[in-house]
Amino acid sequence: MEKIELTKALAQGQQMLAEVTHESGGVRASKCYQCGKCSAGCPVAFAMDKTPREIMRLLQLGLMEEALKSHTIWLCASCDTCSTRCPREVDIAKVMETLRIIAKKKGYVAEKKLDQFHDLFLKSVERNGRVYEMGLVLGRNILGMQPFKDVELSPAMLLKGKLALLPHTIKDNGEVKKIFANVRKRGGKV
Amino acid sequence: MKRVGVFICHCGSNIAGAVDCEKVAENAKSFPGVAFSTDYKYMCSEPGQELIKKAIKDHKLDRIVVASCSPRMHEPTFRRCLESGGLNAYLLEMANIREHCSWVHPDDKEKATWKATELVRMAVAKVLKNEPLQRSTIPITKRALVIGGGIAGIQAALDIANAGHIVDIVEKEPSIGGKMAQIDKTFPTLDCSACILTPKMVEAANHPNINLITYSEIENVEGYVGNFDVTIRKKARSVDMTLCTGCGTCMQKCPTKVPSEFEMLMTDRRAIYTPFPQAIPNKPVIDRKNCRYFTTGKCRVCEKICPTKAVDYTQEDELVTQRYGAIVVATGFDLFDHSVYGEYGYGKYKDVITGLHFERLINASGPTMGKIKRPSDGKVPKDVVFIKCVGSRDEAKGKAYCSKTCCMYTAKHATLVREKIKDSNVYVFYMDVRTPGKGYDEFYTRTTDQFGAKYIRGRVSKIYEKGDKLIVRGEDTLLGRPVEVEADMVVLATAMVAQPDAAKLAQMVGFSYDQDNFYTEAHPKLAPVETHTAGVFLAGACQGPKDIPESVAQASAAAAKACGLLSKEEMPTEPIVSCVNEAICAGCGMCVPVCPYKALDLKVIQERAHGKTITRKVATVNSGLCQGCGACTVACRSAALNLKHFTNEQILAEVDALCL
Repeated sequence: MEKIELTKALAQGQQMLAEVTHESGGVRASKCYQCGKCSAGCPVAFAMDKTPREIMRLLQLGLMEEALKSHTIWLCASCDTCSTRCPREVDIAKVMETLRIIAKKKGYVAEKKLDQFHDLFLKSVERNGRVYEMGLVLGRNILGMQPFKDVELSPAMLLKGKLALLPHTIKDNGEVKKIFANVRKRGGKV
Repeated sequence: MKRVGVFICHCGSNIAGAVDCEKVAENAKSFPGVAFSTDYKYMCSEPGQELIKKAIKDHKLDRIVVASCSPRMHEPTFRRCLESGGLNAYLLEMANIREHCSWVHPDDKEKATWKATELVRMAVAKVLKNEPLQRSTIPITKRALVIGGGIAGIQAALDIANAGHIVDIVEKEPSIGGKMAQIDKTFPTLDCSACILTPKMVEAANHPNINLITYSEIENVEGYVGNFDVTIRKKARSVDMTLCTGCGTCMQKCPTKVPSEFEMLMTDRRAIYTPFPQAIPNKPVIDRKNCRYFTTGKCRVCEKICPTKAVDYTQEDELVTQRYGAIVVATGFDLFDHSVYGEYGYGKYKDVITGLHFERLINASGPTMGKIKRPSDGKVPKDVVFIKCVGSRDEAKGKAYCSKTCCMYTAKHATLVREKIKDSNVYVFYMDVRTPGKGYDEFYTRTTDQFGAKYIRGRVSKIYEKGDKLIVRGEDTLLGRPVEVEADMVVLATAMVAQPDAAKLAQMVGFSYDQDNFYTEAHPKLAPVETHTAGVFLAGACQGPKDIPESVAQASAAAAKACGLLSKEEMPTEPIVSCVNEAICAGCGMCVPVCPYKALDLKVIQERAHGKTITRKVATVNSGLCQGCGACTVACRSAALNLKHFTNEQILAEVDALCL
């Protein structure tokens, strides 16, 4: 097993840890006392390579690269169960979100497909004011090189009216577009 | 002409390292009123004090300024020094040039020296306005009150009684014994709790110097150290204590069943009851809220059956007032209510119980006669999960502090389960195992090594019911993987919290409590059993989470303090108290609610004005109660209240010295 050079890690990670605290609106990883209540209650922990507690530990020790490159931060469903139950009131879900933003900026996206999904979803919402399911599915299947994935479900969904062939737009799409414009103005990218 | 002597202490290098003491002494010579000024290495030492005494004589000094450490350290030393030098002790002023100067400015000698000079300048200005003050004395009532009849209260009462003083124990429950009576075994020796508690209960009951006042509560406390006037409400027992023989026939025949508080509601008691078989006094009370006669007007079975005609439905609450010299508060603790944890079932899962429930389940006189059976269906549990820190170390839903006892009693419970149920599995979810105490860590090691309890480091995130099982989900944080246990029963080590009425009692008696409603000691290290209110002492878990040996030790310490007080006929009082200038007091009464010690009151005076006799209200200070905090002097709009030794004139003289 690889040894961790703690002095070096702490020196390197300090600045980025400050960035995480700042970007997340003041969530301090140092508050975590590693009880694991977040990880035990996490509904997607089974699919993660590191438990949410381990991500917090990596942050505490300054091992930022390892946290940013993990699959965990992308698999997090932002259900907030961890943040709700945390006895130290650490907003873990917020930290995950922050790490995703930083990871994306640095080009460390461990779960490409999930990231694609996020982008497609947001683009669809920006264009129509709501999600256009058919477009989202097609986009995802094409970009994911699985053109026929879940195609067998579509007839039933079409019949029940759960899928529409053409996109619907909401009444006043301008307001949603304004939100996107505002995010871009503040340095966000979609 | 006033002649002030100034003495600058080096305190080794503590002060001299950052402050040029010789220069400060030199500067002080030019201050108005200063007749003599010098410096010395250790002013508090014998030669240092001799130096002051000699200077008083040689230079005819009549007031002294000592610039050294905080007055909290050596003010009493120098006051005594002045007295033996022939001056009134209150003609001393101390300038704190250590904590307030050298320790906080270690790097800039020039500025620190300047600041020390200014602090001395202020002290000189103030001491010129100091008046000699006289201590008076108050008599001490040689009787102690112990509030709470748990193990701490019993121990404190026994120690005070053995020293020859009369003690009253006031207990709100029908019997003394407290929480320790509910506990089955004690760690780390596993000796039976009742076996070591009941002899003490009997000793207290039979002691000629101890009066047990059970089923009673404190109604009001007035007065001050040496003379507390305490009103006690003796709740109506509905049973004449002098006639009752404790035969228990009434309890057998009573038709009304009520869940027993002592058995954690897991079995029933009757409406006329003693909480447990070894209760002291072993005489029942009628629970009027549930008694058939008191609720419907019919029944009277106990009255008919009682061979000595002791049942008396007409009894009423009785208020008695008694004067005490000292009060020991030993009101104990309560348990955290885990129903705030939705993830643990909001307290609704029957087989998710607390540690105290478990104590009753394994107790031979408990609801299951000592066989561990789970509450829902009476089955013997095979897989038992213990969860530590429920409500403790949880800022989000519980308390930030560690409850201190849970690690050990959970280890004890784990041991007992493995001992009593041979094919059982025990899982303990912990965050840290904290076992500082004699024999404690050895006990924990035995729990894992010899009794094979599985310790899993992680906090449980969720418990849910599945069939007749409880699914417990946590993370093994040492492995970094989520784990799941199919349990038959879950025991929560719920936090120790303050009694629900803790704050009310503290306000009534007049001492302070912390953010968690635990009572505050006067000093966390050097006065751990005293309160800020003279004559009131603390014992046991009302001051903070504690186990039995610690509670007993603190109780004996509190008793020693109380005895120290009661051994004197009278005690000197501090003359630094507020006084009222009646001529300018408007009688507005603003000072009365401001006083934290209930020392201020309004009185009516008569005076002649413009040829007529008029009556008006003015403030009056009870110097026995006043602690000299000065709150009233700030509240007083007409500046009629003044705190002796810290008068408005003295404070202003200091401000002028610094700023003009």
